[in-house]
Amino acid sequence: MQLSELRGHKQYADRAFRGLAIAAAGLVLLVLGMIAIRMTLRAWPALGLEFFTSIRWSAPDGRFGALPFIWGTLYTAAIAVMLAVPISLGVALFITQVAPPWLKTPLVYLLDLLAVVPSVVFGLWGVLVLSQHFGLSRSFLTAGVILAVMIIPIITSLAREVIETTPASEKEAALALGATRWEMITASVLPHSKGGITGAVMLGLGRAMGETIAAALVIGSALGQITVNPLAPGNSMPAVIANEWGEADEPHKAALIALAVVLFIITIIVNLIATAIVQRSMKRGRGA
Amino acid sequence: MAVTVRSQTVRRCVTKAAYGLGMYKIIAFSALAALCAAGCNKKKDEGGGSTAAMTKEDKGSAAKPPESSGPVTINGSGSSFQKQFQDLAIEGFSKANKDVKVNYGAGGSGKGRQDFSDMVTDYGCTDGLFKEADAAKAKGGQFLYFPILLGAITVSYNVDGIDKLQLSAPTIAKIFQREIKKWNDKEIAADNPGVKLPATDIVVAHRSDGSGTTEQFTLYLNTATPDVWKLKSGATVEWPADTQAGNGNGGVAQILKSTKGAIGYVDLPDAQAAGLKFATVKNQAGKFIEPSSESASAAGDGIEVKDDLTYVSVNAKGEAAYPITAPTWCVAYAKQTDKAKGTAIKAYFKYMLTDAQAQIKGINFAPLPRSLDDKAVAQLDKIQVP
Repeated sequence: MQLSELRGHKQYADRAFRGLAIAAAGLVLLVLGMIAIRMTLRAWPALGLEFFTSIRWSAPDGRFGALPFIWGTLYTAAIAVMLAVPISLGVALFITQVAPPWLKTPLVYLLDLLAVVPSVVFGLWGVLVLSQHFGLSRSFLTAGVILAVMIIPIITSLAREVIETTPASEKEAALALGATRWEMITASVLPHSKGGITGAVMLGLGRAMGETIAAALVIGSALGQITVNPLAPGNSMPAVIANEWGEADEPHKAALIALAVVLFIITIIVNLIATAIVQRSMKRGRGA
Repeated sequence: MAVTVRSQTVRRCVTKAAYGLGMYKIIAFSALAALCAAGCNKKKDEGGGSTAAMTKEDKGSAAKPPESSGPVTINGSGSSFQKQFQDLAIEGFSKANKDVKVNYGAGGSGKGRQDFSDMVTDYGCTDGLFKEADAAKAKGGQFLYFPILLGAITVSYNVDGIDKLQLSAPTIAKIFQREIKKWNDKEIAADNPGVKLPATDIVVAHRSDGSGTTEQFTLYLNTATPDVWKLKSGATVEWPADTQAGNGNGGVAQILKSTKGAIGYVDLPDAQAAGLKFATVKNQAGKFIEPSSESASAAGDGIEVKDDLTYVSVNAKGEAAYPITAPTWCVAYAKQTDKAKGTAIKAYFKYMLTDAQAQIKGINFAPLPRSLDDKAVAQLDKIQVP
């Protein structure tokens, strides 16, 4: 009697939770779908071939080619990841494998603190310190450095957690075979956490591509050029939107929304790739 | 995917106060803002006071009979060019009218026009006019332009060895189009007879954000020297790639201060606040005029005003007129629907056009010329209050 009552309750709660979970999941999909549809419709007049092939962006002429901004977004994000990954991995390995326990806690705390600094603070620091006193001016490199600083805590804390899950038995096995600490890291820690680290890097990349205000402040807002010179001023999609939305009129607005749609699609692709890599390496890990 | 983007959006909401009002546009635009719309709106009220506060106000006045003796809030937004003036006017007006609260959010002229058109605000302020198609879409029907003040836009520079610089429109156009790249170019020399110019490279600085200042500066070049100027006129134009961009007048001023050989356009109060040197600019009468409150007022005397009180104030006639003088307006609906609010708007506009005009010189802008001011005050009668 008592047991069945309990079971009845449990089933009721189970069903309610199930419904709630489905509704929540459905809501996410619904919102994503609505965003995609609404924005694409709004951006439609601007989404022509010219948008993806031209380097001219002229509001008074109504000509909108987004290629330099797409390039700028990918280029600054690439600079940021190249700078951030070695540092992040180094820090994560130091915290998990090398640091004495008394240093570990404050380091983790400081990293988390770095992760919550508002991006406008990084941006202002970039304008006032990096671009003026380090001779970087406003350029791809300045933006890349700022973005790197911003994604280091993200990559580090995710990588740290993944590395922490390396079984002690594997590490000890390596050490028992006479491996040095470095050999132990390359032989057992890194192979074990490869997938997770890749995922962390991709999340950092996504963040770097979408960063708006810090990029808008330091990237230089140059128009009409695609260059690999890291010291040249450039522009990125979110920066253009942030800078120009306020005073934009109609064809210009549609073009800015089209930029947002393109950014949306690129971040989705990056995240899908990240998921795929993580899943593949997890499968491989299980198989081995 | 969802995780990355959402967390950023939330972060934007949280840090919005630090971003300033301008950034609100991006949040509103950022489609995912839908996810945290409630949170953002709450913040917005604390900051500038707008949508929700107004709705409350509307409900309040709808619930009780329109006696209009209680406290009233009117909200405006728009031109950042007018920010200082609006602050002054609101301060003075509130002292005399304790039961009226005026809020102004300087988020840019474009936002001001949009907010006013959507009736999110009660009045809007803008440096540029509504496009005809946009004016027709305004939810409150017909509206009126009230000129507020005039302001000089300086051509500021930072070159060692040049303390006085004279520039004509074609020279300015060629410098900003990167056709003149050295300070000792013969065309600059032709504008400055007898001055020894250094062979420094020119660095051009302009606005990175869409701006009424850019619009008026390019309108000036487009009007004064259409043969030379090719970039047309607009809130953002297609600047050459080898130029520098700064955010806001302050951002451009900062580039000018820190870069030798730099030249850029900055409104007069910001140029003076930053301690920049600025050029005298050749006007229609052939005189080189220094930007100042007086020379901008002189430009006001030479403009042709249309019936709806709109006009172009750049490249104005007159011996003493400074040619890069920008206009700015506030707009209000002709048919007010709320008695208390309508009365308050009318009173505030009257204050801006009368008592507040005397304070404009103090902030380095130019008050309206007498004749134009009289027309604007007379136009107040066209605002109908139920």
